[in-house]
Amino acid sequence: MKNKQSWIDQRFPLTKVFNEHLAEYYTPRNFNLWYFFGGLAMLMLGMQLVTGIFLTMHYKPDSAYAFASVEYIMRDVEWGWLIRYLHSVGASAFFVVIYLHMYRALLYGSYKGPRELIWILGMLLYVALMAEAFFGYVLPWGQMSFWGAQVIISLFGSVPVIGPDLLVWLLGDYAVGDAALNRFFSLHVIALPLILVVLVFLHIVALHTVGSNNPDGIEIKKNKDKDGIPKDGIPFHPYYTVKDIMGVVAFLWLLCAVVFYAPALNGYFLEHANFIEANPLKTPEHIVPAWYLTPFYSVLRAIPPMFGSQFPGVLAMGAAIVILFALPWLDRSPVKSIRYRSPIYKWALGVFVISFIMLGWLGVQPVTPLNVLLARVFTALYFAFFILMPWYTSIGKTKEVPERVTG
Amino acid sequence: MKTSTILNLALSLIVISFNVHASSKVHLDHANTDISNTASLQNGAKLFMNYCSGCHAISFMRYNRIGEDLGLSDELVAENLMFAGNKPGETITTAMPEDAAAKWFGGTPPDLSLVARSKGTDWIYTYLRSFYEDESRIFGVNNSVLVNASMPDVLWSLKQGQTEADFDQNVRDITNFLDYVGEPAKLIRLKLGKWVLLFLGILFILAYLLKKEYWKDVKYGIWRPRD
Repeated sequence: MKNKQSWIDQRFPLTKVFNEHLAEYYTPRNFNLWYFFGGLAMLMLGMQLVTGIFLTMHYKPDSAYAFASVEYIMRDVEWGWLIRYLHSVGASAFFVVIYLHMYRALLYGSYKGPRELIWILGMLLYVALMAEAFFGYVLPWGQMSFWGAQVIISLFGSVPVIGPDLLVWLLGDYAVGDAALNRFFSLHVIALPLILVVLVFLHIVALHTVGSNNPDGIEIKKNKDKDGIPKDGIPFHPYYTVKDIMGVVAFLWLLCAVVFYAPALNGYFLEHANFIEANPLKTPEHIVPAWYLTPFYSVLRAIPPMFGSQFPGVLAMGAAIVILFALPWLDRSPVKSIRYRSPIYKWALGVFVISFIMLGWLGVQPVTPLNVLLARVFTALYFAFFILMPWYTSIGKTKEVPERVTG
Repeated sequence: MKTSTILNLALSLIVISFNVHASSKVHLDHANTDISNTASLQNGAKLFMNYCSGCHAISFMRYNRIGEDLGLSDELVAENLMFAGNKPGETITTAMPEDAAAKWFGGTPPDLSLVARSKGTDWIYTYLRSFYEDESRIFGVNNSVLVNASMPDVLWSLKQGQTEADFDQNVRDITNFLDYVGEPAKLIRLKLGKWVLLFLGILFILAYLLKKEYWKDVKYGIWRPRD
C-alpha cells in the first residue's frame, strides 16, 4: 500500500492534494446547520449528472418524440420512473439547497473580504444553474415547457433594435420548435454541465485558498498555535467528512420522501399542465415558470411596459440578479456575522427575505391589480435592500466580536 | 435568536403560499380513490374498456402491463379488456377514424393516458357525475364541470338500475384506474417508499453515532495534528 502510494506520489501529487484539501485543511470548529448546504449542492450536482446520463440514453430531443420518450422512460424503461423523479425533484432540491447556501452567506457575511471572489464565482454558478434548469425544463416538451420557453425567449426579442434578429438567432427558427428543442438539449447536457463543473472547481479552489468563514464571522487564521495551525480549526477530514455524511443521509431522507410520496409536489415540482403535450395553438390559462425562477419573473411583471416595449421589465429582472454580484462592495459593516450586526441590518435582512418569498409567491399568481401593486412594492423593497446597504450597514451599533469562535 | 425568527417567518410564508395554488372555479368532489385497491382497479379497467375506450385511447399504456399490475393473466386480459384483436404487448389505441371523430364530436376525443396527472382525480370523478339534460346541446346533455363538453353522457346506461352510491363507486373505480394509467409506477413507488425511508432512517442513526464518536475529540479538545 505504502509502495503504491509513493509510486503514485512520484508521478501525481495524490497525498499532497489529499492533505491540503482534506486531512490538513483546517476548518472552523463551530459550523452549524447552515454549513451543510455547500456539500449538499455538490451532491446534487453529482446526482443530476448521473441521473442525467441515464435519462439521455432514452430521451429523444425531437419535438415529435420528446414528450412520448419521457413517458416511455416513466413506463417502459427499467427503474426509469425513479431516475426521472430523482432528476426532476433533484432540480428543485438543488435550488432549495442553493438558496439556503446563499442565505447562509447573507447571514454570516461570507461574501465579505477576503471572500469576494468565492461569492462572484458562486453567483456565476447560480446564473449558470438557472440557465441549466430552464433548458432542462423545456425538454419534456409539455405545455409549460413550450410556453415557458416562449415567454423567456421572447424577452430577448424585446431588446431594442437587434431584438427580432437576436430571437431568430437564438431559436434557429422563427418560433419555438424542433430547432430550439434540439439546441436546448445540447446546451443542457454538454455546455452548461461543463461550465458548472469548472465553476465548482474554481469556487472550491478559491474557498480553500482563504478558508471558510463561520457563524461568528471570525478569521480563524488570525489565531494560530506554534505549529501554525488555527486554534479554532479542525481538520476537514475526518471531522467534517463524518458530519457531512450525517447531513447527506438526513437530506436524502427528505429527498426520497418527496420522490416516493409526492414527486410532482402538487404541481410545484412537475406542473399539471406539463402532462399535456406542447401545443403551439393552445395557450394555457396562465403560464408560470418553475418555482425557483418566480421571484425574478415577478420583477419582470411588476415593471409596466414603457414606450410600447417590455424591455424595461427585462432590464429590471436582469438587474435583480446582477445586483447580487455587487454585494461584497455594498456591505460596509465592520462585522460579518448576523450575531454581531446592528438591529437595523437584521430588519433589512428580514424585509429582504419576506420580499424575495413574496415575489416568488406572486410569480405563480394570476395578474390582478392588487397582485401587480404588491409585486411593485416588494420589487422596490428587494432593490432597496441593496441600494441602501452602504448606508444602513455603516450606521447602527454593532456588537463586539469575540477573539475566538463561540459554541 | 433573531436569525431563527427570520427563518421561521420565512418558512411559515412558504407554507401559506402552498395552499393558495388551487385555481379552479368549479367545486370538485373528493374522489377518494385508493390505488392499492386491486379490485377497484380491475373494475375500473373493465368499465373503462367497455364505456370509454371506444373513443378514448390510452396510448402510453400496454394491455399486458395492466394484466401484470392488476394480477390478470394474458387470457383474462384478452377476454375482458381487449376487444380489437390486438396483441397483449401493444398500446391501447382506439379504432375510431380521425375524420369520423371530427364529424361526430368536432375533433378526436383526447387521449386519456395522462388525464389524471393534468386534471387530477377529483376533476375526473366530479366531471363524470356532472352531466345534466340540456336540449340545446347536440347530445341532449351538458356538463357543469366542463361547460359545453362535446362528450355524450356515456355512463348513462350504467347509471340505470343502480343506486347512487353504487354508481359513485363505479365512477370512483374508473377514476382510480385512470390514476393508475397516469402513472403505473405509482403502485411500486408507494410500496417501495417506506422501505427506502426506513433504510435511510437506520443509516442516519449509524451516521449520527459515527459523527458523535469522532467529534468527542473536538468536544474534549484532544484532537491533534498528524505526527
